[in-house]
Amino acid sequence: MYVYSRRRRRKIERSERGRKMGIRFILMVNKQGQTRLAQYYEWLTLEERRALEGEIVRKCLARNDQQCSFVEHRNYKIVYRRYASLFFMVGVDDDENELAILEFIHLLVETMDKHFGNVCELDIMFHLEKAHFMLEEMVMNGCIVETSKANILSPIQLMDKAH
Amino acid sequence: MASSNSLMDSLFQRSLEDLIKGLRLGESTFISKSLEEIRREIKLTDLSTKSVALQKLSYLAALHGVDMTWAAFHAVEVVSSSRFAHKRIGYHAIAQSFSDQTPVLLLITNQLRKDLNSSNEYEVSLALECLARIGTDDLARDLTSEVFTLLGSSKALVRKKAIGVVLRVFDKYPDAVKVCFKRLVENLESSDPQLLSAVVGVFCELTAKDPRSYLPLAPEFYKILVDSRNNWVLIKVLKIFAKLASIEPRLAKKVADPVCEHMRKQNVGKSLLFECIRTVFSSLSDQEVALKLAVVKIREFLMDDDPNLKYLGLHALSIVAPKHLWAVLENKEAVVKAMSDEDPNVKREALHLLMAMVNEDNVTEISRILMNYALKSDPLFCNEIIGSILVACSRDSYEIIVDFDWYLSLLGEMARVPHCQRGKEIEHQLIDIGTRVKDARLELVRVSRALLIDPALLGNQYLHPILSAAAWASGEYVEFSKAPYEIAEALLQPRTCLLPHSIRAIYIHSAFKVLVFSLGVYYSAQEPTSSSLVQESTSSGSSAVNGFTYDSISSLVSMIELGLCSLSGTIDVEVQERAKNILGFIGIIKHEIAEKATSQDSETEVHRAIAFMEDVFSEELGPVSSTAQEKVPLPEGLELNENLEGLQEICREVLEPMAESDYSSDKVSFSVAKLRIRDQEEASSSLPPPLESSSLLAEHRKRHGLYYLSSQKSDDHKDRDGNDDNTSNEYPPANEISVDSFKSKKKLSKPRPVVVKLDEGDEPKTKPDASSSNDEPLSRAIQTALMGKGKGKEKERVKENHEINLDTENIEQSSRREKKKKKNGERSSKRSSRRQKDKEASVTKPVEVPDLLL
Repeated sequence: MYVYSRRRRRKIERSERGRKMGIRFILMVNKQGQTRLAQYYEWLTLEERRALEGEIVRKCLARNDQQCSFVEHRNYKIVYRRYASLFFMVGVDDDENELAILEFIHLLVETMDKHFGNVCELDIMFHLEKAHFMLEEMVMNGCIVETSKANILSPIQLMDKAH
Repeated sequence: MASSNSLMDSLFQRSLEDLIKGLRLGESTFISKSLEEIRREIKLTDLSTKSVALQKLSYLAALHGVDMTWAAFHAVEVVSSSRFAHKRIGYHAIAQSFSDQTPVLLLITNQLRKDLNSSNEYEVSLALECLARIGTDDLARDLTSEVFTLLGSSKALVRKKAIGVVLRVFDKYPDAVKVCFKRLVENLESSDPQLLSAVVGVFCELTAKDPRSYLPLAPEFYKILVDSRNNWVLIKVLKIFAKLASIEPRLAKKVADPVCEHMRKQNVGKSLLFECIRTVFSSLSDQEVALKLAVVKIREFLMDDDPNLKYLGLHALSIVAPKHLWAVLENKEAVVKAMSDEDPNVKREALHLLMAMVNEDNVTEISRILMNYALKSDPLFCNEIIGSILVACSRDSYEIIVDFDWYLSLLGEMARVPHCQRGKEIEHQLIDIGTRVKDARLELVRVSRALLIDPALLGNQYLHPILSAAAWASGEYVEFSKAPYEIAEALLQPRTCLLPHSIRAIYIHSAFKVLVFSLGVYYSAQEPTSSSLVQESTSSGSSAVNGFTYDSISSLVSMIELGLCSLSGTIDVEVQERAKNILGFIGIIKHEIAEKATSQDSETEVHRAIAFMEDVFSEELGPVSSTAQEKVPLPEGLELNENLEGLQEICREVLEPMAESDYSSDKVSFSVAKLRIRDQEEASSSLPPPLESSSLLAEHRKRHGLYYLSSQKSDDHKDRDGNDDNTSNEYPPANEISVDSFKSKKKLSKPRPVVVKLDEGDEPKTKPDASSSNDEPLSRAIQTALMGKGKGKEKERVKENHEINLDTENIEQSSRREKKKKKNGERSSKRSSRRQKDKEASVTKPVEVPDLLL
């Protein structure tokens, strides 16, 4: 019993330590506040995710265009950008470079544009797995590992051909 | 039957697209219906039906918060399919829903291994991504060798992801460092930009956790910093150097040049420029050239119309503010302008910067500006402004405040800001200044009076704490008051019924103090001329000096009596008891005041009663160090435990409140007439209404417990005048009060009043540093790995390196030590112990960064 609890405690400590990473989650939310894509790079329970999304969406949607794209929330920094009806929100560590994350968001949108051709909310809704696939190519463990559009898209294009 | 059902299910299965279309129709029961379907479909043996069901479930889980932990086993089943499309769905579901506690986690080890060894690079990358997301201690340990192999893969896609996964593997299984670290480092010299950006990202994260271990890699990072043209990579490398330079000053000097170069480039990306500035501000701020350049560049950010750049500019300034305030002062206008920005985040940053600029010369001006903003702002920001003024001004026992009269009136002003919700802090500071700064008490009473007599303030619940402080101050320092009658009236005004009971009790108690004070003044003034008091006209003439006449005293008494009558029936016991106490006291003295006119005897009972009450309140309350209690040794006769144990036997049910009351009355043993300590039996019995004086005293003690010490002794309160006669010596002084030195301030018309300071207890207790990360297994492993690498390199440099002798000595020493231990793998343990040695040495001398610094 004792051993178990100690081991478990160690696990918890480790996961706390593991939390230190660049990008912690990526959300795409529409104007109405509905989540269209949610990708987490750390483990959160369903309830935690739902609560977090609710709070962040409320905070970001209340802001206007003349205000800056950075919001502090709990121990995250949210960098967000709006493209048409869709908000892209990236939760990062305090250390992360905000402008670089904005560029990352732009890169993501450009990549999706390139693939879907003028991407819109419906594309993401109906091809969620592709959007995830792109993200998986771009980000690993919260680190941005790929920034070339061609490289990001090549596996997806291969897959499309296979079908 | 069952098989035909399942056939129907697979034939007419809803696809994900159908599900999404259905969801869009917004039917409320659609999700639960679909879930039923999914549950049925996912149990079928057909893998394509199963995988589609799982895909739908993942979708619902991700976007509609549906629980999918129950399907963990099915996800494992889907992953084992030979078709890539199924695998992908399965891995996605696993990455999304598995946590360390998922029971079927053990089942996927083999599947992962199989896929990691697959010849299809996309299957490998799926498995790597999955490992990066869910990798546990066990998985990381079991799959380390596969990851090692993949780190050397010839396919960039695979290698890149293997690099990405290393972070998780190291974190969960530090021993993996021994195996993989060398290959990881080799990738730093890769010419492929893809690999480089991945590996730099990994090192950036690793360095953030434990910079010291990666110092030996500085030359490699430096090369990237100079050569790379990729903004992403450069930003990450800058982050690494920001960490490294803060622990190795020599590195800062070396890195400053290339950083400046990047900043000077014409077409440098804003993100890189900002990272350069931030690096300079946080870690290279001792490099003058770089700092000056960064300040020039940050001004461009501040002047920009883009709110993002403005925000970041302010944010960066707040990094440099503690060390180089001039950088902020140079941009003062921009900061003040940002206070009226429409973005609350920008305003908040500007506020922080303004507060960083505050000093004793400009505190008045800045506070005035800020109060103006506070009046105009929305409630949230308004309170943030007020809060930060309060924090800045009270720092280090009000260090920057010279004119306390001004500050107290500012506090009073804050209370009248419509949105003010910082009552608690203001309350604390009012009382704190009252006890610490003698010279400010007159103003404190004035400010308190203004707050108390305003009936409108009573309606705002956020101000109640402030009013409570004002009431306390008016009672405690009533001798500074010009019109005690007015104060007593304010304290008992009808609208006080809006106050919570606890604060109302303070009001009543303060009224009591005012009454006692007034009576005391009245009687002491009369004593010398008591014979001539018969005629009222003369008495009013003689004692008008003190402001009390027979008329005014009797009207004061009757006003208080009237005000309290209604309260003696209040439900709240605290209020009721206090009201009754005063009424009782008034009952004793009232008729004697009336008789006074005829009586010649100055030793009447009323005199004794008043003198006694004055005694009770005469003692000055001072600030007490939070550590004061520890300094008082337990008096010999005092055996707390025993007494309480005795109590336990006597009364079991009401133990806690009893114990408290008994304890407090035990301690109250002032040698004053009439005061009798209730003995234990009495205390533990049904508590008859206590003697008023003792209960008052106990109450006072209870209320101001903070200011009491645990013994019968009064607070050992020394002040500047050397007024420490009552600090007799059985106990060490409770609080060493250091009088702060009089700094000569020529400009000021009046000197800063003395602020009583406590040596300790005023400062927030500094927590012991979080255990240094050096002890963690991961950093140990990495240090070991790097030493191995470093050693190889050092050997090449034997001729230049003078320290090599020292190193070999170390090795000899450690190997000697090692023989005793007799460990396996002699070489590696030798290295590690050498590392250990180096670590010890690093406390005194900085870790070597070979190459770069020589």
